Amino acid sequence: MKKINSILVFGFLVLMMSATSLVKDVPVIKWSKMEQLIQAEGDQIRVINFWATWCRPCIAEMPLFEAVNAQEGVEVVFISLDNASDVDPRVTGFITKRNIQSQVYLLDEVDYNKWIDKVSPEWSGAIPASLFINQKTGEKVFHEGELKETELQEIIDKLSNS
Amino acid sequence: MKKIFTFITAFLMVGTMAMAQYQVGDYATDFKLKNIDGKYVSLADNPNNKGYLVIFTCNHCPYSKMYEDRIIALDKKYKAMGYPVVAINPNDPEAQPEDSFENMKIRAKEKGFTFPYLVDETQEITKTYGATRTPHVFLLTKERDRYKVAYIGAIDNNHQDASKATERYVEMAMTDVMAGKSVRQNFTKAIGCTIKWKAED
Repeated sequence: MKKINSILVFGFLVLMMSATSLVKDVPVIKWSKMEQLIQAEGDQIRVINFWATWCRPCIAEMPLFEAVNAQEGVEVVFISLDNASDVDPRVTGFITKRNIQSQVYLLDEVDYNKWIDKVSPEWSGAIPASLFINQKTGEKVFHEGELKETELQEIIDKLSNS
Repeated sequence: MKKIFTFITAFLMVGTMAMAQYQVGDYATDFKLKNIDGKYVSLADNPNNKGYLVIFTCNHCPYSKMYEDRIIALDKKYKAMGYPVVAINPNDPEAQPEDSFENMKIRAKEKGFTFPYLVDETQEITKTYGATRTPHVFLLTKERDRYKVAYIGAIDNNHQDASKATERYVEMAMTDVMAGKSVRQNFTKAIGCTIKWKAED
């Protein structure tokens, strides 16, 4: 009995350790890094999605963005607008549990009025919000609000062919 | 020539947009919306008021919650000067049950709201005003029997900590209004929750 117990304890510890080592990292960034993400040249369609762990429509559309991230030539970057103090364990735990494969950052810039227009003048500030960038042509498409699968694909297709 | 075309196109697009969206300087419509006490509230109810702080907000949104105490403080401060707060919940309770009429009553009681907390059941006023997120402030100043939009935007520039806000937009706007000046910073943006619109038929 004691042996079984110790096996269980050992097994539990191994599980705990492996879970800990697999927790995904979420770098906390400032506007300068955000600007680089928007302006970087390359040969991909970069999709920048603004979200937060408390935002239900944001979470609802995340699997769709994960799916397009797996497409060739498309790269999704999730920008969490959670409080920086919540990055660990709230945000890291969230993306680990949901096994998010796209890159995730937390943007720590609370003076929103200073930068929302720089992402897009079309953005009122509501989330979710997404910025699509054709890195070859520099063309951008902005969308505020939750996206449906077909809408998301349409925007990517349109930008790819621009 | 191209510029003119772009201008005309932009003008036509704005003209054909289904939703009117107020801009600073526009005249805002009055409304008749149900308060949490079951009575209907209109801007014209109190002819002594000089204007209103119309704030679209709700129960569920974390940003709205973080600003509740500040909204109460704004009401206390500016009601005495003739500019009370009128809060409007724009959300469809079917899309967000936490924003139901019953939950509005509970939240208002818990927080001790000092102002009307109205429900925009048809979402028409929300669309007409052009509120897109919660919380979203529209400062109205009365001109004879009309209400002119003097400021649209956020309450301040730090949702996390009121004491760390370096720009208190609504208070700055009110200072200008009280001084009889036009509002210097009359439009600001902030991160907020989307309006939970009713499903389209």
